Amino acid sequence: MVSLCFYFQVHQPYRLNQYSVFDIGRHSNYFFDQKNKEIMHKVAGKCYLPTNKLLLKLLRDNPEFKISYSFSGTVLDQFEEYAPDVLRSFQDLVDTGQVEVLDETYYHSLSFLYSKQEFKDQVNLHRRKVKSLFSYVPKIFRNTELIYNNELAKTIEDMGYNGILAEGADHVLGWRSPNFLYRPATCSNIKLMLKNYKLSDDIAFRFSNKGWEEHPLTAPKYAQWINAVNGNGNIINLFMDYETFGEHQWEDTGIFNFLEHMPSEVLKHPDNDFVTPSEAAARYEAVSDLDIHNLISWADIERDLSAWLGNNMQKSSLGKIYEIEEQVKKTGDSTLMEDWRKLQTSDHFYYMCTKWFADGDVHKYFNPYDSPYDSFIAFMNVLSDMRQRIGNHEDAMKGLLKREEETKGEKGSAPQQPDLSPSREITVS
Amino acid sequence: MSSGGLGTACYGLTKGLSNQEVEVSFVLPYAADDMQAEYVHLISANRIKGMKVVGINSLLSAYTTSSHYQTTLMKFNKNSPRRKLYGSDLYEEVYRFSVKAGVIAQREDFDVIHCHDWLTFQAGIKAKEVSGKPLVIHVHATEFDRTGGNVNQQVYDIERGGMHAADLIIAVSGFTKSKIIEHYGIHPDKVIVVHNAVDLVYHDDDFHIDKQDKIVLFLGRITLQKGPDYFLEAARKCLEVDPHIRFVIAGEGDMEGYIIEKAAEMGIADRVLFAGFVSGKDLDRMYQMADVYVMPSVSEPFGITPLESMKNGTPVIISKQSGVSEVISHCLKTDFWDINALSDKILAVLRHEELRNELVHHGSIEIQKFTWNEPARKCVEVYQRAIGKVA
Repeated sequence: MVSLCFYFQVHQPYRLNQYSVFDIGRHSNYFFDQKNKEIMHKVAGKCYLPTNKLLLKLLRDNPEFKISYSFSGTVLDQFEEYAPDVLRSFQDLVDTGQVEVLDETYYHSLSFLYSKQEFKDQVNLHRRKVKSLFSYVPKIFRNTELIYNNELAKTIEDMGYNGILAEGADHVLGWRSPNFLYRPATCSNIKLMLKNYKLSDDIAFRFSNKGWEEHPLTAPKYAQWINAVNGNGNIINLFMDYETFGEHQWEDTGIFNFLEHMPSEVLKHPDNDFVTPSEAAARYEAVSDLDIHNLISWADIERDLSAWLGNNMQKSSLGKIYEIEEQVKKTGDSTLMEDWRKLQTSDHFYYMCTKWFADGDVHKYFNPYDSPYDSFIAFMNVLSDMRQRIGNHEDAMKGLLKREEETKGEKGSAPQQPDLSPSREITVS
Repeated sequence: MSSGGLGTACYGLTKGLSNQEVEVSFVLPYAADDMQAEYVHLISANRIKGMKVVGINSLLSAYTTSSHYQTTLMKFNKNSPRRKLYGSDLYEEVYRFSVKAGVIAQREDFDVIHCHDWLTFQAGIKAKEVSGKPLVIHVHATEFDRTGGNVNQQVYDIERGGMHAADLIIAVSGFTKSKIIEHYGIHPDKVIVVHNAVDLVYHDDDFHIDKQDKIVLFLGRITLQKGPDYFLEAARKCLEVDPHIRFVIAGEGDMEGYIIEKAAEMGIADRVLFAGFVSGKDLDRMYQMADVYVMPSVSEPFGITPLESMKNGTPVIISKQSGVSEVISHCLKTDFWDINALSDKILAVLRHEELRNELVHHGSIEIQKFTWNEPARKCVEVYQRAIGKVA
């Protein structure tokens, strides 16, 4: 018996404007609304809508076919704002009962690395959002970019989840196979599901590569590879970006045709089936403990954090955004809070990656900047403005306290109206 | 090398060609009391293998203009034999130079004629006529770059004539190639892009200065083409945010007086320093002294100075209207007219150490690929193609 478990990542960030040093203190419209809307419409037309339509048909035609999604909170917000039809089509998919929705951090952030409190807050926000849109409470968690270690697994187990997803990286698996469930070394209940990166990347990256010896990849050929795992594993975890369909792999590569025929081809073998992550966690036992102390991710060939924390611009900007956590929370300003959280989205730091920049590569994808340096400059300018906004709040608060003191002292005189207005108006972005 | 980008490129290329076992006979305008003497001296002093210099007594020099030529000519007494020898105006002198070059071409033994920029195009045509050898024209700049569109018809005609007479044309960038196609009506197949490089010799110089203020450097001819006025506008914007920055303008040119006056008019004269013409060791020191180098050129066919700056460990901001922006990644790029973006980037490099360090680190690695051997190798390919065309 071998079960196929599909999980698709659906995410879009709130990209920033080229916010300049001269904008600081003048306005706080950090986000590139027009571009974000444009990209949303483009991806909706090429990927979300056609893929959803096809998958809805496949789910209806094959009651055994199952899939799962993880939506970032920022993509769900952008669906509501820019593309409600896309949101409805995802809701239709979830309504089939054959689709599971996973939890992640609302802002697709790296908060786990910097602030456990902020991390938990964002996971809870996400859970609430999924419940309100899909009437569903997730039981499985995946962290941003499949960033994972023992400590994360423990945190997630304590938060009540049954399963967690990670990359099946060679350097942590060694001789072991990703085609079984594992138990994180620090946990007693939660199950760890590892991505089979070879079979996943055959679809996500190699599908249209004409230099690949297996090109063109057909559904029957792929089904044979799946069948070959029979007897050597329980589960094949196929984790990938949803934009694989129609966006990373364009329609003319035949990707939709492949997807259309894949479920029926796989189901031709009587021992194959499809499962959602929750079903997998319930059905299969963990074969052993897996001790992953160092952080891993699904990015690049290194499968580490170097795509977001590989250089000092990234380290510095990420560190600074979490430095102001307490101050932001103290202001009680919900707009400021939301802006601050949107700045935590991992994409902002990914754009600053200089690793392969000169070669021009995947990091360019939907990247609004000419260079990693430009993205850093805009980010730091935004951060400066945010600090000013915090300062304004603090000044206003100090002023208020001071006047209270003064009025207490002058009991006889008429009470003064405290001036609550900050020195600069807070613009709502 | 004291004649700016053109001289630097020719020198580097000649060295690279020497490594490719190519023998070069340099035909140069050569007036004993002229700056060019230094140039010839430099080349012979460096003893490039297979290199030979043939001088033509002439008042031509790189970047010369009609009025500059007249000034030089007037220095001679009206009845002096030399005054009579030279052409009465620049165009006559260019023609005279070409006739002399034709004589040399008859005498010398060679396989290809390789000309650099318009002053020598007629000479190249002449040499081709008398020798029947193929003509390769190397375009380092066009009249459109130099004038911002207000072209001098005579110069344009000479450029156009040279390009059409040439068997093949080398352009220093894709940016320049498109200008050649667009403005001179040349078929794209005839134009080959060969990007410039930089001499990666590092001088062992224990240079160090004590300075309190951050320094932003402009280095190049102070002419319309190089955008010194945009540099000044950016200086003003930056100083509004941070009054402790110093802006250094190194170079000479016909806009120098205007720029000095304008700086005073803006009230930033105390923050903008003019360093005059800089060369040799001082050039490297100038870059090393600066915290960031800015090349805001309006139209820059290539632009070797950013490579020199990166070589000296100083990060660069360049205009997108340049050839060099096609080949370097680890720098900041902006449209020359976008003063806001330019100032934003200057301030960012000065403020954020982590940005500066990242640019310097990757820049110093990136620069290693720009040796003159690569453009020389491409030139040899072009020569072979040109020889094949004629044969």
